[in-house]
Amino acid sequence: MCFAGIDIGSRTIELVVVDDAGEIVLSLQTDTGFDPKSEADNLVNGVSFDRIMATGYGRNLFEISFDAPTVTEIKAHVRGVLAIFPGARTVLDIGGQDSKAIVLYENGKVKKFEMNDRCAAGTGKFLEIMAKTLGFEIEAFGREALMAKKDLNISSMCTVFAESEVTSLIAKGLSRREIARGLHTSVIRRAASMINRVSSEGDIVFTGGVAKNQCIRKLLSEKLGREIHIPDDPQMIGALGAALLAADNR
Amino acid sequence: MSEDYRSMWADLGLDLEAHDALLGVLGKAYQDIYLSQKDRPDGMGYFDFVMSEVHGLRIRELLDEKEAGRKIIGSYCVFVPEEIVLAANATLVGLCSGADFAMDEVEKLLPRNTCALIKSLFGFKLGKVCPYLESTDMIVGENTCDGKKKAYESLNHLVKNLYIMDLPQVKSEQGRTLLKSEYDRFKTAVEELTGVSITAESLKQAIQMVNAKRSAIHRLSSLRKADPAPISGLDALLANQVFFYDNPARFTESVNKICDALENRIAEKKGVFPEKTPRILVSGCPQAVPNWKLPFIVETSGAVIVGEESCVGERGTRNLTDESCRTVEEMMEAIVDRYYQVDCAIFTPNPERLKHIQEMVATYKANGVIHYSLQFCQPYLMESISVEKALEEKNIPTLRIETDYSMEDVGQLKTRIEAFIEQIQ
Ligand code: SF4
Ligand code: SF4
Repeated sequence: MCFAGIDIGSRTIELVVVDDAGEIVLSLQTDTGFDPKSEADNLVNGVSFDRIMATGYGRNLFEISFDAPTVTEIKAHVRGVLAIFPGARTVLDIGGQDSKAIVLYENGKVKKFEMNDRCAAGTGKFLEIMAKTLGFEIEAFGREALMAKKDLNISSMCTVFAESEVTSLIAKGLSRREIARGLHTSVIRRAASMINRVSSEGDIVFTGGVAKNQCIRKLLSEKLGREIHIPDDPQMIGALGAALLAADNR
Repeated sequence: MSEDYRSMWADLGLDLEAHDALLGVLGKAYQDIYLSQKDRPDGMGYFDFVMSEVHGLRIRELLDEKEAGRKIIGSYCVFVPEEIVLAANATLVGLCSGADFAMDEVEKLLPRNTCALIKSLFGFKLGKVCPYLESTDMIVGENTCDGKKKAYESLNHLVKNLYIMDLPQVKSEQGRTLLKSEYDRFKTAVEELTGVSITAESLKQAIQMVNAKRSAIHRLSSLRKADPAPISGLDALLANQVFFYDNPARFTESVNKICDALENRIAEKKGVFPEKTPRILVSGCPQAVPNWKLPFIVETSGAVIVGEESCVGERGTRNLTDESCRTVEEMMEAIVDRYYQVDCAIFTPNPERLKHIQEMVATYKANGVIHYSLQFCQPYLMESISVEKALEEKNIPTLRIETDYSMEDVGQLKTRIEAFIEQIQ
C-alpha cells in the first residue's frame, strides 16, 4: 500500500508518498498561488496512493474536495521530524507565514507549542519581502547576508515598518549585505525567544522553508548555543509527517 | 420583526438602518453557530426564542415595566449587586457587548489599543443600536481595570445617567470596608432613583430570587461533569449570557427545565459529543453576547467545553448570598461577603483565581485549559502567564489565546486550538 501526505501552506504545497515501510517513493512541490484548491488538485492528479492525509493552513479546503482526514501542521511536523530524528525533543518550524516552536515528551508526544499570532513578522514571507526590497533573489539572500562584514541593527519587525527602515538605510548608502545581515539577525532574535520560551536546552530540529537559508541556520546556532539539525529537505517534513500519519492510521 | 418593534426602536432613538444591520449579523451568526449544532437538548428552544426576541419581546417587557413605574438599571460588571436593584423594585440588565460596531467613531474617543469589550460598549452607544442601553434609567460604571475606569470618563459625556461605583483592588480589611461603603452608597442611589426604600422583606426576597437564579446555573454546571457531555459549551455559555438580561424568575424556571432534560440524557448516557471527547475548561475574560468565536472554534475542532472560569460563567455566579440574615444591615453585610469573593484579575494579588481554576479542572474533569484574553486587556493577559505556568507545573496542559472580536485570526486560532486538542487527546 501507499500513503500520501499533502501540506497546503501559504506559499507552497508539498506532496509526499511513502510505501509500506515508510520510505519516501515520491515527493512533489508547487507554488500555492492564488487558487490553492486547484493547485492541490493538480498536484495530486495522476499520483497513485491508497490513503491521503492533509495538513497546512489549506487542509480544510482539501478535506472537502477529497474527503481526506486532516491534521494540524504541528502534529504533522512532529511526526515527520521523528521519522528522521527519532530522539528529537525540540522542533522549530518556520514556514511561509507561520513560525512554531514545539517541545516533545520523551515518547514523542507534544508537550507544549508556541506559534506566532496573526502577523508575518519573523517568517518566510518577511524574508521574501525584504529580499525583494534589497534586490536579492531569495535563494541568494542568506548567502549574501553571510558575507556581510558586520551586523547592523534593524529595529522594526513589522514587515511594513521594516520595509521603510530598509529603504532609508539604502538611501543612507549602507551596504546591502549588511542590511541583509541585520534583517536575518532580527528574524533570529524572534525565533530564539520563541524557542527559549518553551525549551531551554538540547538539540533542535529546524524545519520549514526558512531552514534552507544558510545565514539563518548559522546565526541561530550561534545565538542559541545549541546543536541544530536540519533534514535534507526541510520543506517536505509536514507532508512527510502527514503521509506517515495516514500510514499509522491504516 | 413586526412593525410594532420598529416604532419601539425608533422611539428609543435607535438608528434603524444600523440596527437592522446588527440584527442581520446577529441572526446569521446565531443560525450558523447555534442552530447548526446537532442533538441539542430539549428546552434549548427557550434560549433560541430569547435570542430571536433579544431586541424585541424582552425590550417590550422592559418598556412595559417602565410604563408601570419600574426603573431599569444597566451594568457592565458582575460587581453590581442585583439584589439591591431588585429590592428597590428595579430591574438590572447586563450591558457588556460582544461585537465590534461603529469602530471608526469609537476610535475617535478611545485609543485603538483598548480591549474589544470597552470598544464595543462605546460602539453600541455611538452606533445607536442597543435598545437596552437606551432603555436604562441609570447606568452603573465601576472602577475596575484602568481601561474601564478611564473609559467611563468619556462615556459620561455620551450618556446622562452614569453612576460610578468604586471598587477595591486589594482584598484587605480596608478593601472590604470600601466595598461595603460603596454598596451602601449604591443602595441609597437606587432608592433615590426608584423612590422605593429597601426593607428587610424586599431585600430578603431579592436575595432569594438571585440565589435561585444562580442555583439553577449551578445545577446546569454540575450536569456538565458527565461524560458524554449532555450539553455543548456553546449552549451553556448562552445560558450564562442570558443570565444577564432575562427576567430572573423565568430564567430560573427555564434553566431548571433544561436541567431536567439533561438529567434524562445523562441517565440514558446520551451526549452532544461522543464519550471521551477531549474536555476543555475556558478561563479568562468575559465573553458577552454575541462573542461566540472561541467556543465555536473549539467545538467544531473535536473538543467540548465543560466549564467557563469567567465573569460570564462561574466567576460571576458561583457563590450564593447568605439567606439567613434578618435585618437590612445584616443582609448588606452578607451581600458584601458574597461579592467580595469574586476573583477578578483587577485584584492584586489574586491567588484565589488560580485555586478556582484548578478546582474547576478537577470538578469538570477537564483535559486542558484554554486561557482566553482579549487583546490589550492587561489584568487577564498578565495573569495568563502565571496561570499557565502554575497549571503546567501541575501537568495541566494550557493554551493561551489572545484575540478580539474580529474574524481575521480565525484560521490561526483554529490551527492552534486543533493542535492543542491533538496534544491533550
Ligand atoms: S472581568 Fe472584572 S471588571 Fe470585567 S466584568 Fe468581570 S469582574 Fe467586572
Ligand atoms: S478587564 Fe480586560 S476585558 Fe475587562 S474591560 Fe478591562 S481590559 Fe477589557
